[in-house]
Amino acid sequence: MKQTLTEKIISNHAGRKVKAGDIVFADVDRAFVQDGTGPLTVKVIKEMGKGLNRPERKYFFLDHASPSSKSELSDAHKVLRDFTSSTGAVLSDVGKGICHQIVAEQYALPGELIVGADSHTCTAGGIGAFASGFGSTDIAFAMATGKLWLKVPPSIKVTLTGKLPERVSAKDLILTLIGRISASGATYRALEFTGEGVENLSVESRLTVCNMVIEAGAKNGVMPADDRVSEYIERERGCKVDFERLRADEEAEYESEITIDLDNLEPVAAAPHSVDNIKKLDDLEKENIKVDQVFIGTCTGGRIEDLEAAARILEGKKINPSVRFAVCPASEKVFMDALEKGLIRIFTESGGFIVTPGCGPCVGIQGGVMGKGEVCLSTANRNFKGRMGCPESDIYLASPQAAAASALEGKIVSPLNAG
Amino acid sequence: MKKQLKGKVHKFGNNISTDLICPGKYFHLRSDIKKLAGHTLEDADPEFIKKVQPGDFVVAGENFGCGSSREHAPLIIKESGVGAVLAGSFARIFFRNAVNIGLPVMELDTSGMESGDELLIDAESGKVKNLSKNTELTATPLTGVMKDILEAGGLKEYVRKGL
Ligand code: SF4
Repeated sequence: MKQTLTEKIISNHAGRKVKAGDIVFADVDRAFVQDGTGPLTVKVIKEMGKGLNRPERKYFFLDHASPSSKSELSDAHKVLRDFTSSTGAVLSDVGKGICHQIVAEQYALPGELIVGADSHTCTAGGIGAFASGFGSTDIAFAMATGKLWLKVPPSIKVTLTGKLPERVSAKDLILTLIGRISASGATYRALEFTGEGVENLSVESRLTVCNMVIEAGAKNGVMPADDRVSEYIERERGCKVDFERLRADEEAEYESEITIDLDNLEPVAAAPHSVDNIKKLDDLEKENIKVDQVFIGTCTGGRIEDLEAAARILEGKKINPSVRFAVCPASEKVFMDALEKGLIRIFTESGGFIVTPGCGPCVGIQGGVMGKGEVCLSTANRNFKGRMGCPESDIYLASPQAAAASALEGKIVSPLNAG
Repeated sequence: MKKQLKGKVHKFGNNISTDLICPGKYFHLRSDIKKLAGHTLEDADPEFIKKVQPGDFVVAGENFGCGSSREHAPLIIKESGVGAVLAGSFARIFFRNAVNIGLPVMELDTSGMESGDELLIDAESGKVKNLSKNTELTATPLTGVMKDILEAGGLKEYVRKGL
């Protein structure tokens, strides 16, 4: 039986060879929750009357309200602090960063099966893992038993050719793909990326692409791990790891196939209020859309390569005075790297401000909540109505380069025409 | 789970996200499901919570529940008294969460249903009678583990009963 990469990874965790459509109870390598989903998971684990299976591989991230902006949220944080200290599970406290960034930086290994109570758990597919998001109760089950039931998804093969042009980013790649297949175009499916284009993408870019497969409804996105992944792990964790180079079989069965040529990609944005409402930035620029806030950050667009790309455009310049410009490094590690590279100074001198590593304003809790009638250009992954705290505001999603260029101009522009 | 469900339709469109169902701005209320339920579907229809009666149905188009993994979305729909959610299709995580917490979800063609229609649902056979329009449809049946979990009343109960 010829297998896709997703089928191979799940097989290794199910103790038998599986194919799309099979239902299995799979062994879980790592499971995590965040501060929004975690308290419910803790409650369910207690009600199930079970302890934690392998607590050292169960992670509790305080990232959404980082730091807490309300007493109820501080209470929820306390529930998670108490639970981790009594069970020996891993706590990642306020200020350390976003769950998906830390899982990729510090924990995930190629070929692993990782589940999290957050929809963007699929991010770790960029490391070569099978990673997927679930609800609090499923994760309670996984944490208590070390297993989770899964239906093996059929895969869509996405072949990438070429190389990203200057000022065109992984964000443009995934937005273009979602625009082509729609916000539900991969529901229940795996998106398997392959081809020389993948090898040409940095690991940071791979994480960004896999992060957003859920915006097309996918269960997971996965890219075969290579030397770049081992270099990334060594750089971030300071240690070498060995892993098996899993690849899909030549004649694996795919439900459909898509090819994207990176050389021909253009800067795009998702216009309000849905992520598949894709427009060319060149066209949006003609519409003269003023922005009130520009936000660079999140588990999609807050990695070091994102901050570097934005800073290159901003260096020595001042943003438009009508813009609030928030920069939120995805993790403490990203923040420290940005400090070292002088990026924090560039952002601050250009007129921006730095938000504590975490989710920041992405989900409308703190750090830059929108007001009525306002427009935000964000490097995040969701522009649903109300996402940033106000249903009467507009969110455009685009690359860090587009965000920097638009902050300078005070309106939405293509990074190819600016600076 | 009740076998026969009867109630009125509250109709919604396509791509109803978990942000519309359970707005992020009420993130701090997540440990208080009763309070949070007072905001169910608020950003999709601010009047919904005043109109909904126990046993009513949320009926939507495609991709219901897309977006975040927050289980609070199906939880507050259940808490607000809704008997079942019917949609043309569901986002994966929402569907699974709903089954795990014991909220019936049914996938079928909802294009002919309108707000105010009265439905009679037989949960076991998946038959949905529209009493107002005198039509009948059958939902895609649940199978395997999902069916066992819903029948147990949710994943917690399923675990308690010993898998
Ligand atoms: S940064 Fe935004 S999308 Fe990412 S985990 Fe946080 S809230 Fe979710």
